[in-house]
Amino acid sequence: MSAHVEEHFAGSNKLFTSIWGWLIGLTLIEIFLAYRPMPIHYMLTILLGLSIIKAALIVAYFMHMKFERLSLVLTIVPMLVVCICLLFVFFPDSFRSSGLRYQFKEVPPAPETENH
Amino acid sequence: MSTEARAEHFVAADWGGGVLPYRVGHRKLGMWLFIVSDSLTFSALLIGYSYLRASNVWPTPFPFYPSIVFSSVMTFCLLSSSLTMVFGVSASSRGEKTRARKWILATIFFGLAFIVLHLIEWNHLISEGLRPFSLPAHWIATFTARDGTLPTPLFGATFFTITGLHMFHVFTGAIYLSVVAARVKKLKHEDVEISGLYWHFVDLVWMFVFPLIYILSVDVGGHLAR
Repeated sequence: MSAHVEEHFAGSNKLFTSIWGWLIGLTLIEIFLAYRPMPIHYMLTILLGLSIIKAALIVAYFMHMKFERLSLVLTIVPMLVVCICLLFVFFPDSFRSSGLRYQFKEVPPAPETENH
Repeated sequence: MSTEARAEHFVAADWGGGVLPYRVGHRKLGMWLFIVSDSLTFSALLIGYSYLRASNVWPTPFPFYPSIVFSSVMTFCLLSSSLTMVFGVSASSRGEKTRARKWILATIFFGLAFIVLHLIEWNHLISEGLRPFSLPAHWIATFTARDGTLPTPLFGATFFTITGLHMFHVFTGAIYLSVVAARVKKLKHEDVEISGLYWHFVDLVWMFVFPLIYILSVDVGGHLAR
């Protein structure tokens, strides 16, 4: 392999295989966690944390961003993160609408009122 | 030349036109921008799904077999397809086009395996009675809340929309890679790398769909089986 190929693709197959191993390992942890009894917000936090780590591994190594110029990374990543965070603006409304659910409770009959 | 003047010169040299400031071609930059916009599409869908989930009684119907076993094998297929794709891009960068083609064909194989497994998994749920706007009767009976609130029928809508759109991306990617594999000897290395970017992105999206849709909807106590 020539060391000075014009379009050199950094990273060895051994490195990529070890990244694949990490991704499979993290997935197995996620499946294991699915059957652990814990409150859903803990579970959600851990699962999203693991997913972000997996996404970062894929972007950095498989999509090769670790080996790109910093200016490209700074152009793409911060704006995406900010835009996704902005989407969460709507989220608190879900707790309000959960309070608006129709309750199927027995309602006592309304007292009869006189007709005027 | 003073430090400031040198910095100015450097910036002008990079951004003054006629050069590639990011050191990538315009096609690759275009693919990155497409990936950013598609990430926002999937983010919006997943956040919409989370919104509905937080504001409704949400059924958690997925049994270990078939749902979790199938989705885990599907995850394995996608992760492995990313590995074969990166091997293909690596071979292409060394000018080994025939080897690159073989790795890309392996990637397509894993992608198609993903689609077939996913369709079987969809078929399980559809034959159980899940539809975009209604739940199977035994799910309603099992997951009705203690206060009598019914589980939301939007489970099917979010499930089929998000996994369907993702499956469509895998399908499109398989077609894209078939074209790249057929023309790999004529294409530049960067074009092969760009197709790899798209494929890895499809894998990346699944890394969020799998835990949010499948893992968080596992029927832990086996309520449906009772």
